[in-house]
Amino acid sequence: MTAVATSDSASQADVTAEIAAIATSYAEGSGGETQPRLDYPPYRSSLLRHPTKAPQQVDPEGVELWAPVFGELDVDATEADLTVQHAGEPIGERIVVEGRVLDGDGRPVRHQLVEVWQANSAGRYIHQRDQHPAPLDPNFTGMGRCLTDADGRYRFTSIKPGPYPWRNHRNAWRPAHIHFSLFGTEFTQRMVTQMYFPGDPLFPLDPIYQSVVDPAARERLVATYDHDLTQPEWCTGYRWDIVLTGAHRTLMEAQQ
Amino acid sequence: MSLLPTFPATAGQTVGPFFGYALPFPHDNELVPPGTPGAVRLHGRVLDGHGDPVPDAIIELWQADAEGNVVQQPGSLRRDAGPEEQGFTGFGRASTDDEGRYAFTTIVPGAPFFSVTVFARGLLNRLFTRAYLPGADDAFLEGLGADRRSTLLTTQDETGYVFDVHLQGERETVFLAYPRHLP
Repeated sequence: MTAVATSDSASQADVTAEIAAIATSYAEGSGGETQPRLDYPPYRSSLLRHPTKAPQQVDPEGVELWAPVFGELDVDATEADLTVQHAGEPIGERIVVEGRVLDGDGRPVRHQLVEVWQANSAGRYIHQRDQHPAPLDPNFTGMGRCLTDADGRYRFTSIKPGPYPWRNHRNAWRPAHIHFSLFGTEFTQRMVTQMYFPGDPLFPLDPIYQSVVDPAARERLVATYDHDLTQPEWCTGYRWDIVLTGAHRTLMEAQQ
Repeated sequence: MSLLPTFPATAGQTVGPFFGYALPFPHDNELVPPGTPGAVRLHGRVLDGHGDPVPDAIIELWQADAEGNVVQQPGSLRRDAGPEEQGFTGFGRASTDDEGRYAFTTIVPGAPFFSVTVFARGLLNRLFTRAYLPGADDAFLEGLGADRRSTLLTTQDETGYVFDVHLQGERETVFLAYPRHLP
């Protein structure tokens, strides 16, 4: 494999300093941000891909007030277990990740689709564009789906993903994470995010994690180790609840 | 219940570069099978601030049916499952190719616009927009300047409708925030 020259010669120290400068400036302001900055220069790929104009405020109407419906037809129950998709067992620490999907008013999002994807335990994605020279695992694809239950609960069995290098700057490494894709009860709640593992030493170094400049909002992306989810002689357990934005349709109905 | 949510929403994060084996599904961009009477294409390009193609974006489409009704039926992920093919669900996904092009095969909604979300590597959170049918007019469009309005209007071609997404730049697309979204 030929190494591709990084387009940015910045060091980790340079990027860490940029991250720190933005964090200091945020701490001096009024705070209250909940979402990542779209314009976050330490994440180099965002430079030409962030809108420069503020989003237009609009009242949702028509389809925006409804979400696509998914059902048993769409998702097989076995898709929630990422360790049984091949003939053998994947290498790595077996984990369960469980939590609830709630809306901004604390109501469970019932029977809705949750999709996940992740690197294998060596930090390698099966995606063909991933050039990290770590081994692929023939027994691990790293993608799963499930539907939430009547309490908004989801549950996946997987293996713990490894951290992996990327080319944002020299010696850049992403903290271990699982990508989550979520739907609510209306399309305005659609979101994609990443779940992290507690105590990752790469947190302060990672521009994607740090693009959520509010420390409390950032912390909400980190799962909790939960020994009650850990199963004897089998796997460790992590809990991670996800809150979507508030629904408008129910609010409008409540006001009528 | 107030406009301000009780709980702050979990932060979004970029879809990253490696969603290609996870989010796409068979026939994801075919809301109706190609060749269906009345089928049209909704297609375009996703472009960055230099006007260069974004080859690692994924677009989602959510729309009403031809009568303007919102379909609430499962089956988007398994369009060809079961004894009979699934009907129109109103939802689809399309990944961009190396030239930043995406395309859906769908029907013309009986409503003024298609709802569109955009995800990409380098884009730290999803973006919402609307792809309006040509000639559409409503209070929201009316409130935008002519230049900005034009970014939300599809144009017609021989196969259907064209809708380019400019993430940044002179023709930056109008992206949306809804009342219960917080910064």
